[in-house]
Amino acid sequence: MPFVTWLKRHLVVIAGVLTLSYLLLPNVIVTVFSFNKPKGRFNYEWQQFSTDAWKDPCGVADMCGSLSISLQIAVWATIGATVLGTMIAFALVRYRFRARGAVNSLIFLPMAMPEVVMAASLLTLFLNMGAQLGFYTILIAHIMFCLSFVVTAVKARVMSMDPRLEEAARDLYAGPVQTFLRVTLPIAAPGIAAGALLSFALSFDDFIITNFNAGSTVTFPMFVWGSAQRGTPVQINVIGTAMFLVAVLFVLVSMLITNRRNSQKA
Amino acid sequence: MSTLTEAPPPLAPAEPAKKSPRKRGRFTPYWLLLPGLLWLVVFFALPMIYQASTSVQTGSLEQGYKVTWHFVTYWQALSEYWPQFLRSVFYAAAATILCLLLGYPLAYTIAFRAGRWKNLIMILVIAPFFTSFLIRTLAWKTILADNGPIVHTLNSLHILDLTSFLGWTAGDRVLATPLAVVCGLTYNFLPFMILPLYTSLERIDGRLHEAAGDLYAKPWTTFRKVTFPLSMPGVVSGTLLTFIPAAGDYVNAELLGSTDTRMIGNVIQTQFLRILDYPTAAALSFILMAAILFMVTVYIRRSGTEDLV
Repeated sequence: MPFVTWLKRHLVVIAGVLTLSYLLLPNVIVTVFSFNKPKGRFNYEWQQFSTDAWKDPCGVADMCGSLSISLQIAVWATIGATVLGTMIAFALVRYRFRARGAVNSLIFLPMAMPEVVMAASLLTLFLNMGAQLGFYTILIAHIMFCLSFVVTAVKARVMSMDPRLEEAARDLYAGPVQTFLRVTLPIAAPGIAAGALLSFALSFDDFIITNFNAGSTVTFPMFVWGSAQRGTPVQINVIGTAMFLVAVLFVLVSMLITNRRNSQKA
Repeated sequence: MSTLTEAPPPLAPAEPAKKSPRKRGRFTPYWLLLPGLLWLVVFFALPMIYQASTSVQTGSLEQGYKVTWHFVTYWQALSEYWPQFLRSVFYAAAATILCLLLGYPLAYTIAFRAGRWKNLIMILVIAPFFTSFLIRTLAWKTILADNGPIVHTLNSLHILDLTSFLGWTAGDRVLATPLAVVCGLTYNFLPFMILPLYTSLERIDGRLHEAAGDLYAKPWTTFRKVTFPLSMPGVVSGTLLTFIPAAGDYVNAELLGSTDTRMIGNVIQTQFLRILDYPTAAALSFILMAAILFMVTVYIRRSGTEDLV
């Protein structure tokens, strides 16, 4: 039975492909339904093909406003978390200091905490301080939960770095600032970029913590959440599809560039 | 995410501190740490203390709250909401097990069998992240719709009879049942299982498989005795990264479930944002945190990988 042998040999791959399709199926649905023309307020059932939503992506009240708020928060949160997180990562790898254990657990804990707990406790803090909930409280929260991920990404990169490179730079009479800017930073850059990218994605897509601390400010995920109750416009799917395509394109282009660079070096 | 799988090597400075050219910068690490740590202390640690204090306060929104060490709140919260707590643990555990069963073959395929497709598959695993997870969760409403092809197939195969007998579904529906919620949770947290699994599988030396084969181990034996044990760090961090967020999640229960599938996250959210009963909400959130920290600690101890962090 050649078929059975084939099946046996490729069982893992078949299971893997099935899992992959489970992961991708919702994205396919989101894309297909961005071309739908729903009858009622909800876009859950296929009616007929239409490109209306793609022609008028901002045709829904408040949606593009919320998108722009989300983008702004994501950019600032990424900058804040990347700067603070990179500093911590360098301190952790390169220096000796007291209370290292405490520092490590303070960085690990936010990643091991259910979001709803952080969201709720942060809200009690803001309520106690009488802070005005809105853009800035969301930004504060996002920098907080992105920080640990940046530290992790940068730390892994800096740790695998050969310290002799910096020694060599110093032997060649580079000052500390020059060594840092010309040697250390370029080597650490991929880790920093990974941390920044992760921060951006986490911040842009965050719902639970934002929902608790947003006041009346509406981010894009909150808009989607609200529309799940009021009626889902097709434009949501347009944005979802566009984001997916942009992300895949971005990754593919960056991969092509690295490949070309590597082959040029070789 | 990768820290969970990467144990840092013992941290020794590259050269003895005495000879270090950075001797003058004795305070440098503290300056580097200060802003970030301050942020975490003020906006992560301090809120935990505020929350603990809120949970033992009494009062009302109008008259303000006072700390009265009113621990009864905890008792009331637990006795009223223990079904939601239990449900959260069950759903999260079911989703975690499903993630492991579904994720392992894919991680294995990427690590050992994908060849030149490796990078592409990795991109496909990560790419869905860039579409808002709420939109993707809403797509499950379409996939599991009452008159959709999946429910139709399950119905004609009489699988739904079995699942509704077990209490996982109700009647001819999948939406608004525990099955839909677990399915959504599994879907949402699957990448968090796959990535650490892949990281630990990829590190395994391929020659070990050959060695096992040379010693007449069948593929299944090789997997059981060599591959799986070596991938344990990935399994442990993957299950943690799936279980923890799943236990606190309320999005899937709200979008795909019904009032009978409310999880503890839903209760905390409602108490905090709609009913405005802050002490009860804080107590519930505190219990959830304590329960998760306890379970995680026990789990890490028992699985013998304490150098995860």
